[in-house]
Amino acid sequence: MLTLFYIFAAISIICAFGVLFMRNPIHCALMLVGTFFCLGGIYVMLNAEFVAVIQVLVYAGAIMVLFLFVLMLLSNNEPSQVAVKWDAAKMLAVIITGGIFIQVASIFSDSALTLGEKGNYPLEKIEEIGSITLIGQLLFTEYVLPFEIISILLLVAVIGAVVIAKRRFN
Amino acid sequence: MIPLTHILILSALLFSIGVLGVMLRRNVIVIFMSIELMLNAVNLSFIGFARSLDSMTGVVFIFFIIVVAAAEAVVGLSIILAIYRTRKSLNIDDFNLLKW
Amino acid sequence: MSQIWLIPAFPLLGFLLNGFLGKFFGTRFVSFVGPMSIGLAFLQSVVLFFEMLRTEGHRIIENLYTWMAAGSFQVNISFQVDELSGLYLLIITGVGFLIHVYSIGYMKGESGYYRFFAYLNLFVFFMLILVLGDSFLLMFVGWEGVGLCSYLLIGYYFEKHSAAEACKKAFLFNRVGDFGVLSAVLLIFLSIGSLEFNTVNAQAAAQFEYGGVLVTVITLLLFLGATGKSAQIPLYVWLPDAMEGPTPVSALIHAATMVTAGLYMVARLSHLFMLAPVTMNVIAVVGTVTALLAATIAITQTDIKRVLAYSTVSQLGYMFLAMGVGAFTAGIFHVMTHAFFKALLFLGSGSVIHAMHHEQDMMRMGALRKKLPITYLTMMAGTLAIAGIPFFSGFFSKDEILWKAFSSPLGGGVFWALGFLTAGLTSFYMFRMMYLTFHGNSRVDSHLQSHLHESPWSMTGPLMILAVLSIFGGFFGVPHALHFLPNGMELYFHDFFAKLPGEAHGSVDTEIMLMILSVVLALFGWFWARRMYSGSLEAARRLGASWRTLYDLSLNKWYVDEIYQALIVTPGRLLSTHLLWQAFDKNVIDRSVNGSGVISRGAGGLIRGLQDGVMQTYALIFAIGTLTVIWYIF
Repeated sequence: MLTLFYIFAAISIICAFGVLFMRNPIHCALMLVGTFFCLGGIYVMLNAEFVAVIQVLVYAGAIMVLFLFVLMLLSNNEPSQVAVKWDAAKMLAVIITGGIFIQVASIFSDSALTLGEKGNYPLEKIEEIGSITLIGQLLFTEYVLPFEIISILLLVAVIGAVVIAKRRFN
Repeated sequence: MIPLTHILILSALLFSIGVLGVMLRRNVIVIFMSIELMLNAVNLSFIGFARSLDSMTGVVFIFFIIVVAAAEAVVGLSIILAIYRTRKSLNIDDFNLLKW
Repeated sequence: MSQIWLIPAFPLLGFLLNGFLGKFFGTRFVSFVGPMSIGLAFLQSVVLFFEMLRTEGHRIIENLYTWMAAGSFQVNISFQVDELSGLYLLIITGVGFLIHVYSIGYMKGESGYYRFFAYLNLFVFFMLILVLGDSFLLMFVGWEGVGLCSYLLIGYYFEKHSAAEACKKAFLFNRVGDFGVLSAVLLIFLSIGSLEFNTVNAQAAAQFEYGGVLVTVITLLLFLGATGKSAQIPLYVWLPDAMEGPTPVSALIHAATMVTAGLYMVARLSHLFMLAPVTMNVIAVVGTVTALLAATIAITQTDIKRVLAYSTVSQLGYMFLAMGVGAFTAGIFHVMTHAFFKALLFLGSGSVIHAMHHEQDMMRMGALRKKLPITYLTMMAGTLAIAGIPFFSGFFSKDEILWKAFSSPLGGGVFWALGFLTAGLTSFYMFRMMYLTFHGNSRVDSHLQSHLHESPWSMTGPLMILAVLSIFGGFFGVPHALHFLPNGMELYFHDFFAKLPGEAHGSVDTEIMLMILSVVLALFGWFWARRMYSGSLEAARRLGASWRTLYDLSLNKWYVDEIYQALIVTPGRLLSTHLLWQAFDKNVIDRSVNGSGVISRGAGGLIRGLQDGVMQTYALIFAIGTLTVIWYIF
């Protein structure tokens, strides 16, 4: 089990670095899709199958397709440029980010890390009720307000996107 | 069982790579993609915590994050389209009206 | 008990009324208020004088209120009338009153009439504060105040450039002296802890060792102040220039009152000064040299007021000589007689100037005695007094000084010899002045001839009163050797001043002989002046021509002013221009002020670079912030 996790983790890291360093933006998008797939695998290993499916469907399927559409629409004039133009500020950025990572990682690997209180749904209960059923129950009872709000958010986003990107016909 | 620290360190690593992507790349769409990467890293840490705390809150929350990420990607890309019409460039250095 | 505070209050009231209301109510009002305030002060002074004599210990102290109290330091506003201040009160208010009355006639028709009387009243107020104060601080208030009024009155004709220069000069030289007084006051406070005169005098012998460094320094600093106020070497040069002021000012301030302030201070602190024989020696030497120097300058001056100014400096030198040899009583006696005859002489010269329509050059006068008889007779009385002709007032006081200079344990033959020589010169130049002005052939301009007339009663009245005082005022202090009257002065001051260390030497016969010698010299001076100046001036001119160098040196005041200019004024101006202004003010101070502007602009320019519009810079700053926050929290 653990080795599988390590494999998925390694691949997702390599794909993430690929996003960072690929010259062609379309290659970056494809690398990102790869990352999403690996993450989905990890979700399955963590008994969150529904989330994994949603991740692949929505993220990799819809959002990344949108990205690719826009990329193909727009980026046909700068084919081969260097991915990153290195200068002093960018070096500083690498150092700062490395610092952030080291800080956070050291916090997370600290064995004295205290967690919050345990929740109500151990693994047995989830298998008893069924994970999708459970998620549905929670969405429509406990978390119904955020649910409604994000649906409005989606509506607004769609309308906003259409308005902003519309060509003005004068 | 996957130990929590492994998941968290992986999440931190992916997050840092996303931050680097925002700061280093010049193509504005690749910057957006790095932001999506950051959001995914956070998703991963949520799942990790949900698993180790036996809680479903983390799982439900991920939905919201995915929805928000989608909405943000849509609006952001439409803005880039609108700016591209005048600037004719996807280089972040050309989006410098924030100076004034 | 009578109110001492009324004495200065009357002149202060006069100042306020004249100053603020004089312009509206006109000349009549001012002519009444001005002299009347001094007259009332004089009456009150007389009352208090007799009351003081009736009081046990001859001292009245009136405490008005506490001026400042800080810790152990307490100063009160309190006035005291004792023998010294009582006598000074009478002189100041009495002679002051006569001069005020005189000014009504002299200043008639001047614009700024009310201003003159206002300042004159203010001056008398401050002078009274000076002599009535019972502590150094109150005396110093008066000290500064009379310096201020002297400045205002010398510069009365302020549109004239020479007058403006003269009043500035007076004030500046006074200021140098004031530095000395203040330093001395500070040292006295540090060593004795109190600033009241009586306390200081009483504790002086206990606190200071005889002849010690501290007391010598203190007394030398005090004497520096006295040289500033009383026009001795090195700070005397303002007095001749002060003749730019109106003549009553010269009479009151620069003959009778302000210039005696230094002497007052030395006499008041006699116990302190007696502890420093070095200082006493310095005082005596400075007094003698000043007297001689001023007399040598006076013999060639042609401006009538200048002669009198140098004469004042010379006579003040005599008084300091007396102080320096420990003859405080004789010194104060000469202050009194000098006030009488010098005020008389100045007022008389004012009468001449008034008749001559403000012409002051004696070379353009002559044979005035027929036209101005009262002026002539009264001035003659004053001249006889100052020359030391027997039985006039100056004879008694000056001879007392000369005798004490000879016989005191702190004195010696040299002091007497130089004083004797100066007395001869004094007689000579005073009679020279009289002959040039009133005798001989008339050198007056023809269009002035017909206008010459005697002065009005407001001017000649005070002249006559002062003449009487000059003639008979000496009988207060007849020396013991001529025992037809007791020596009133010594009886009056019997235990006031500090005692001399050691015995006086010299017998009564020596005293009589010295007296006869000085009378002979004075008469000789008179006759020689008469020979030179009462007829044609040929002999005088030939004498001047044959001693050309000395004559020029004397006429040009020994170039003292020019020496001061070269040694002190010019280097000071160069220093302040090149060093203080160019080097320090412009380069250091201006640069640092501008520098702060430059620095802010530079810093602003640096920080401006952070907002360059490139989004990734902002993202970088986010990341830095995040790192910092994470680091701090965890």
